[in-house]
Formats: sequence, structure tokens, C-alpha cells
Amino acid sequence: MAVKKSEAALDPLFNNNPIALQVLGICSALAVTTKMETSVVMCAAVICVLTLSNLTISLLRHQIPNSIRIIVQLTVIASLVIVTDQILKAYVFEISKQLSVFVGLIITNCIIMGRAEAFAMQNPPSLAILDGIGNGIGYSAILMITAFLRELFGSGKLYGYSVLPTVSEGGWYLPNGLMLLSPAAFFIIGGLIWALRVYKPAQVEMDG
Amino acid sequence: MFEEYLNLAVKAIFVENMALTFFLGMCSFLAVSKKVETAVGLGFAVIFVLTVTVPANNLIQTHLLNEGALTWISPEFAGVDLTFLNLLCFIGTIAAMVQLVEMTTDRFFPALHATLGIFLPLIAVNCAILGGSLFMVERDYDFGESVVFGLGSGIGWFLAIVALASIRERLRYSNVPHGLRGLGMTFVITGLMAFGFMAFGGIQL
Repeated sequence: MAVKKSEAALDPLFNNNPIALQVLGICSALAVTTKMETSVVMCAAVICVLTLSNLTISLLRHQIPNSIRIIVQLTVIASLVIVTDQILKAYVFEISKQLSVFVGLIITNCIIMGRAEAFAMQNPPSLAILDGIGNGIGYSAILMITAFLRELFGSGKLYGYSVLPTVSEGGWYLPNGLMLLSPAAFFIIGGLIWALRVYKPAQVEMDG
Repeated sequence: MFEEYLNLAVKAIFVENMALTFFLGMCSFLAVSKKVETAVGLGFAVIFVLTVTVPANNLIQTHLLNEGALTWISPEFAGVDLTFLNLLCFIGTIAAMVQLVEMTTDRFFPALHATLGIFLPLIAVNCAILGGSLFMVERDYDFGESVVFGLGSGIGWFLAIVALASIRERLRYSNVPHGLRGLGMTFVITGLMAFGFMAFGGIQL
């Protein structure tokens, strides 16, 4: 077996993080992180779609002709995303409204396409599932840290509950409006990448 | 009428810039912005594909997928609502369009194809393209508006990636902290650029 099971699941967390090192799936990572609640739903959706698409494509990998593999992969992913979208609309309608187009954009989330192409096409289903879960969690880790910082400092809340009572509600904390704006997400992820590369110097890019 | 379209175009280019306010197409935005030349090539390809796919998907949405849209085949289909299939249809149209654009440029404009060649397949999975179509549905644009919106958001994305590529070219001469080099620094610059574009947010149209 080329890749060990533990490696397939654990590598994407720090050593080969999809957002910080592979530059995949950034689009949705930034837009949904103003609140923990929406991020949790988004992460769950991505983990599900990623694991299932990896499994499906890995099962089909001997049947898919090489010349049309992109279209086959896109169809599998799009079908899974439609199911996810319908489930979200049925059970958590409010959050699904807030996520608006970003649920649909899971289709073009490069993590899913990238893992299908790079991993699931070459590996057996059991490994592909672990790889899907691992990459999903690596993606979620960055998303949750960003959402945690943005919600805590931006509105003094965590998961909708007040942690730092804000001035407008009679407390002492003056919310940092910057955190709720889009540039904050870039700064936080930039900072996270910096921290990760100080911890793992092998990931530093020398030419950039 | 004309004024309305102009407003929409300005809004799509500056106020609601695809790349810097909605973070769409970030993957290629960060990956293909090391050189100005390649950034210009990708930018033009995005403008073109967005201008074609948003109106095309608008037609699909209004004439095939919306509730009661199929009545032109037979009145029996008045109750059919296929909107849940829009993701699948849109991505199909986009993939087909990209393929078509690639073949047409190859046949009639070989020089253009040589410059864009590598980027065209990339565009099929660029979130800005699918995002354009999804926003079009969410905001209920009609056919004329979706042409303007597609063109405008394409130009906005083009401006953003060319600006970022120019900054990154200059950055090669500066002394960036070790761990922040490359991707980290690009994130910070993009954040600062997003700040700049937020100044347009105050414009009321």
C-alpha cells in the first residue's frame, strides 16, 4: 500500500493543509467566516461532500475514461452538492439563506475537485474516504479558527452567545468593526499561514 | 434605460467586485498572479467567459428551469419546477462554453489561443464564473441586465488580478519576513486591496 491510512487522514491537518499549503478552497473559506454558526454548517457540508465524492470517484476509478474524467467528476460533485443544498434548505433554512450562493459554490471548491483528481483517481475507496475526511477537517480547522476570531472580536459573541458584553448592550467591550469586514479574513488567514510556517519551516516559499 | 445599465456595470466592476468583496475566483486569483502578463491573459479569458455564460444561463433559468417555464412545450408542464437542477445545468453550460471558446479561438484566432490556451480549462472550475450565474439567479436579473452584469463583473475581476500581479512583481525587491513569503504575504496584500475597494462601497447608485 502506497500511502498509510493514518497518513492519509492526518497529513492534511498540518503537514499538507489544503488552505495553507495547497492553496485550495479559499473562495468559500473567506466569505462564510463572519459567524461560527454559518462556518460550522459550511464545514459539515464540505466534509460530507468531499468524503462522498472521494468515495464515489474512487469506486468508479477503473470505469472512468481518462479523456472525459473532468466532466464525470463535476457531475458526481454537482449531484452531491444539490442533495446537500436541498437538505440544508429543508432543515436549517435560516442558515441556508445566509450562506446564499456559497453552498452552490462548493461545486467549484477546488479542494473537492483537487482531491478527486489527485487522490481518489489513484487510490482504493477506504483510503479515499480517510483522505476526504482528513482534508475536510484540515479545511474546517482553518475556517473555525478564522470564524472564532472574527466573531469573538467583531461582535463579542461566540456561536451567537455573548462572551464579551458589548457597549451597546450595556457591557464594556467596544466591538472591532474591522473584524466583520472582508479584509479581516485575509489578514487572519495570512497570519495563520505565517504561524504555521514558523512552526514548520519546510513550507516556506523561497522565491515569492 | 441606458443609465440603469451603466449603474449596474459600475456596481459590478467596483462596488461589488467579484474578487475583492465576494472572494470569488480566489484560487486562480492567488495562484496565477505572479506575473502581469499571465494575469492579463487569464483576466481577458474570465471577462469573455463570464460575458457569455451569465446570459446563457439566464436563458436556461427563465425558459427551462423556473416554475411554469416549460409551458412553451405544453400547458401540462405549468406546475413543473426544475430550479433544483440549476447547479448541474449551470456547471454543464460553463464546461461546454469553455470548451467551445477554446475550439473557436484555436480555429479563428490562433495568436489569442496561444496566449490564453493554458488558462481556458482552468476557468471551468473558477468560482467567479459559477458565482456570476448564481448571483444572477439570486438577484433576478433579466437578459439585458445579465449581459451587463457578466461583462462588468468580468472587468472587475480583471482589474483586481492585474493590480495584484503588478504589486507582487514589485514585491520581489522588498524584504518580506521569512515565514510570510509567498502565499502569506499575498493574503495580506489582497486584504489591503480589499480595503481600498471598500471605499467604493459608499457610492450610492
